[in-house]
Amino acid sequence: MTRAERIARLYQEADRRILVIDGAMGTMIQRYKLELEDYAGERFANWPVDVKGNNDLLSITKPEIIREIHGQYLAAGADILETNTFSSTTIAQADYQMQSVAYEMNVAGARVAREAADAWEAAHPGSVKWVAGAVGPTNRTASISPDVNDPGYRNVSFDELRGAYAEAAKGLIEGGADILLVETIFDTLNAKAALFAIEEVFEALDIKLPVMISGTITDLSGRTLSGQTPEAFWNSVRHVQPFSVGFNCALGAEQMRPFLAELARVADTRISVYPNAGLPNAFGGYDETPHQTGHHLHEWAHDGLVNIVGGCCGTTPDHIHAIADGVKSESARTVPARPRGLRLSGLEPFELV
Amino acid sequence: MTQTTARFINVGERTNVTGSAKFKKLIVEGQYEAALDVARDQVTGGAQIVDVNMDEGLLDSEAAMVRFLNLMASEPDIARVPVMIDSSKWSVIEAGLKCVQGKAIVNSISMKEGVEPFLAQARKVKRYGAAVVVMAFDEVGQAETTERKFEICKRAYNLLVDEVDFPPEDIIFDPNIFAVATGIEEHNEYALAFFEACKLIKANLPYARISGGLSNVSFSFRGNNMVREAMHACFLYHAIPAGLDMAIVNAGQMPVYDDIPAELRDAIEDVYFNRRADATDRLLEIAERFKGGGAKREVDLSWREGPVDKRLAHALVHGITDFIDEDTEEARQSFDHPLRVIEGPLMDGMNVVGDLFGAGKMFLPQVVKSARVMKKAVAYLLPYIEALKSEGDAKNAGKVIMATVKGDVHDIGKNIVGVVLQCNNFEVIDLGVMVPAQKILDTAKEQKADIIGLSGLITPSLDEMCYVAAEMKRQGMTIPLLIGGATTSKMHTAVKIAPGYDNPVVYVPDASRAVGVATKLMAPELKPAYVAEVADEYLKMREAYARGNQQKERLSYEAARANREQLDFTGDKAPFRPKKLGLTVLEDYDLAELATRIDWGPFFQAWDLHGRYPDILEDKTVGETARGVFNDAQEMLKRIIDERWFTARAVVGLWPANSVGDDIEIYGDEGRHSVLTTIHTLRQQMVRRREERKNYALADFVAPRESGILDYIGGFAVNTGIGVEEKAKEFEGQNNDYDAIMVKVLADRLAEAFAERLHERVRREFWGYAADETLSNEDLIAEKYRGIRPAPGYPACPDHTEKGLLFPLLDANKTAGLTLTENYAMFPTAAVSGWYFGHPDAAYFGLGKIERDQVEDYARRKGMSLSEMERWLLPNLNYEAGR
Repeated sequence: MTRAERIARLYQEADRRILVIDGAMGTMIQRYKLELEDYAGERFANWPVDVKGNNDLLSITKPEIIREIHGQYLAAGADILETNTFSSTTIAQADYQMQSVAYEMNVAGARVAREAADAWEAAHPGSVKWVAGAVGPTNRTASISPDVNDPGYRNVSFDELRGAYAEAAKGLIEGGADILLVETIFDTLNAKAALFAIEEVFEALDIKLPVMISGTITDLSGRTLSGQTPEAFWNSVRHVQPFSVGFNCALGAEQMRPFLAELARVADTRISVYPNAGLPNAFGGYDETPHQTGHHLHEWAHDGLVNIVGGCCGTTPDHIHAIADGVKSESARTVPARPRGLRLSGLEPFELV
Repeated sequence: MTQTTARFINVGERTNVTGSAKFKKLIVEGQYEAALDVARDQVTGGAQIVDVNMDEGLLDSEAAMVRFLNLMASEPDIARVPVMIDSSKWSVIEAGLKCVQGKAIVNSISMKEGVEPFLAQARKVKRYGAAVVVMAFDEVGQAETTERKFEICKRAYNLLVDEVDFPPEDIIFDPNIFAVATGIEEHNEYALAFFEACKLIKANLPYARISGGLSNVSFSFRGNNMVREAMHACFLYHAIPAGLDMAIVNAGQMPVYDDIPAELRDAIEDVYFNRRADATDRLLEIAERFKGGGAKREVDLSWREGPVDKRLAHALVHGITDFIDEDTEEARQSFDHPLRVIEGPLMDGMNVVGDLFGAGKMFLPQVVKSARVMKKAVAYLLPYIEALKSEGDAKNAGKVIMATVKGDVHDIGKNIVGVVLQCNNFEVIDLGVMVPAQKILDTAKEQKADIIGLSGLITPSLDEMCYVAAEMKRQGMTIPLLIGGATTSKMHTAVKIAPGYDNPVVYVPDASRAVGVATKLMAPELKPAYVAEVADEYLKMREAYARGNQQKERLSYEAARANREQLDFTGDKAPFRPKKLGLTVLEDYDLAELATRIDWGPFFQAWDLHGRYPDILEDKTVGETARGVFNDAQEMLKRIIDERWFTARAVVGLWPANSVGDDIEIYGDEGRHSVLTTIHTLRQQMVRRREERKNYALADFVAPRESGILDYIGGFAVNTGIGVEEKAKEFEGQNNDYDAIMVKVLADRLAEAFAERLHERVRREFWGYAADETLSNEDLIAEKYRGIRPAPGYPACPDHTEKGLLFPLLDANKTAGLTLTENYAMFPTAAVSGWYFGHPDAAYFGLGKIERDQVEDYARRKGMSLSEMERWLLPNLNYEAGR
């Protein structure tokens, strides 16, 4: 099946049912208790900085592990795999001095996910599994100053982000991603730079993949880290006419619900959501059981809030299995038609209809 | 306002260097902070969008645009509204678009230089995700007539929609508002042409919007603000019904149309509609008479009337720096040392900020703004502190090493803590991210740092922090260690990190708390008490943790029962026959007697004041507040007693009893033939590593039936809540929330005091096994007596439903005036109820997590379904209910 055919199937399937996206990669990698040697492999054995913990590097140095995790999520019922490329930008990789490897990480991350998906499709004729190329937020924010004495200061510019994201997008497309997923958005300006870059890359390569956008409500104030409300966030990114918009990370399903409901009310596209397995406990772990997560997401599905569901930090194949089970018999949210109007945003939404 | 104008959008015009001389001066001189106030005034004055224009020859317009937009982004009360990026230069617009996270409006693009550049810019605008203002301007020039205005807009609309796929709802036309009453005849139709063009655009170009620069229209009357404002109001009055959706206006200064003197209004409208040949001359003549000030703007400054600490708190919470110097000075004069201003009112204000932040009522940018206000206040105090340096306690607040630990790259939170500390005069050495433990320690030694702060966001960072703490101990360091970051917690710090280091380890929940913690650790007079308080708190948390809340491995119920506590019920441990069996009812108990027995520690906790009583009253930081609230409490307490606000009642029951397995039978007669009721106790199931440690249930404290030993049990309920709700409502009705809360807090304290006093009397009189007990109030609070009084719903017996057995036994409704809600909560709420166990070895314990085998057995004993039982015991289940 070609990528174009697979994308066509994506739109068809999304109309028919709720799609399931996979769960946490980091949580699963932790189970392997990898050491520096595993991360570095032979190729990066003498790397000047410690690369242990650079999970994205594993797509290159331990692809069999990443493929195996993807396989577990497919077996659990995931329709969409997220690539292991959350930090594969030159900006995020600077901490490991691996800017030069970032592009390759994206290619390898998309490729290994596609391999897992292809293997599944071969073993289950008629099935389709999609690969969403994950584009993370980087570790810098374009609209928040890191220096309180100079709130006008920025340690990253739109154009720097745009360059880094363009490279990531190109790598993901080359590696075979079917979808691009701009996720865990703390700062909408970062996301806008990513979306700008993605559209430029689409234009340059004369290709167009569905784009998923997923913001992060960082706490119970119901705003992104950069201060936007859900509706303001949607107004900021709606111009790319994404395949879906939604939230992931930071909160568990229980805490996320009101903010997701607000987004679902205003967003005239599909809604995706993949919360954490509850809030972290005192030890940084996640206690919410698969049953509980599955229960929450089933409720959302039942209430017609979602089109794509899955899990973020702390979720496992068991969670995804419970989620997939829970939404199986529910129908996908109907994308609402909204009256045309001038919709702007600062931190808060503006509407003139 | 009419229906139509209600939907009209004000775009703030004052942050425009071409329109505001004041703003231009501020920007040219680099006074960005004052320039921000101009923007803020626009928003508080009602601007729904803020226009920013930096087109000035003296300026690097791109740089000024970027700088100002970035600064605006950190002011939540400005940044909440969308921005209109206003420039005639595309490069300035594009630089601005790269700074805004929201969806902005570009003002403006046009076909002035031809179609191609216009389309290229429109494509970019779309990709940046902005709406756009299109000026009625083409290669020929600016459109002046109705026809030209409409023709150009129509052409632009079609190009945008067809060629660029630009959403029509994101197109805003500016059909050019020009100056009228200029004396030039060609200008006489300008206003009318604008109104007519608006109508054509609205009728023919679906979803498009219309905007305009309003101040142009009155350009001829510069210097005569009253007339200008009247002209603006009149213009809008006619343009809005014609289709004008928004205009760039001075939102704070706009008279109501109906308030404009009729003579002036008519003259203006004659000009707009070109109704008479002498319209301009007449307006010029009338205008002279209306020279004078424009509308006065009002700012809500009522907060300035409060006391200085409230004003400082207000300024901190709202990020207002306008009055900070004078308020700080006033506070300084009321303290003996300028440092006390920081430790007292300023820190209290920052704690308010922290609480609001924690409660989700403020968000990060606001907190950072608060930090800036704090910094200004500290800066003001600094010279005074310097001047007193000889006194020795006013040096640089301290040197802090900050680092995100090895393996972790998250640093946003750490950076915020760093800057907030710097604001407060700490020297911060930030080692960045992924910092190995040794580097942190080496730097701390080299720099003679006072404090180390570790941050981390991912789970493995927790282990790394433990490692750093252990290394600090191994290498003989003594300085305090602060722990923070999203994945950290007080529990983890207490249980895992603090035990690894012999010196202070303090968990810092958020940036606004960091200063308070660091300040206390640096102040010789505050540090010992604070360190002791934290150590004590963490010790308690470790104990709570060790009691098994989190431990997953459990004994089978059978094994736990086998390991039950088997007490001696003979000799001097033999049960004591109560002096008065049955019920004893105490009506209208003396509140004055109870007031002397109040445990004040929890009182301060209720008010979120942390520290030990009575030390807290002298505490440098919260002492004043604590004294204030304590004094208020004493005053109210006196009135409660003198004016008999509440009625206190209680009931005690003492009965023959024996344990049967994990249940306790309570008998109605000393022959033990009739069972009044059987109560049920739960048994700990944690794995005991040491043999002498038992798995307790309350039933262990009562002699087993088969032993033949005659034992007893007691039950009680106290109620000090009669009259409390009414009093609280009375205060609420007076908008006096403070006293409404106070009255409830005191009622709760009285209930606890009553429970304690009643227990004492039970030991000495009613049961009487400790008739000669003499203990001080402190000893009583420290529970240094024989026997316990566990309450259903609390750690030893977490099942609230047992109150359903206790209350009928006590006839608590009639005797104590208490009722139970469907969820077994007591009403009134100022009440305590529980059981009395008199055995000398009876002790409080926490049940911890239990397994399904026990819950099944317990449910069967109680005659409840398993699922209902699980619902009541949910926090204690060591398994997932319902699976």
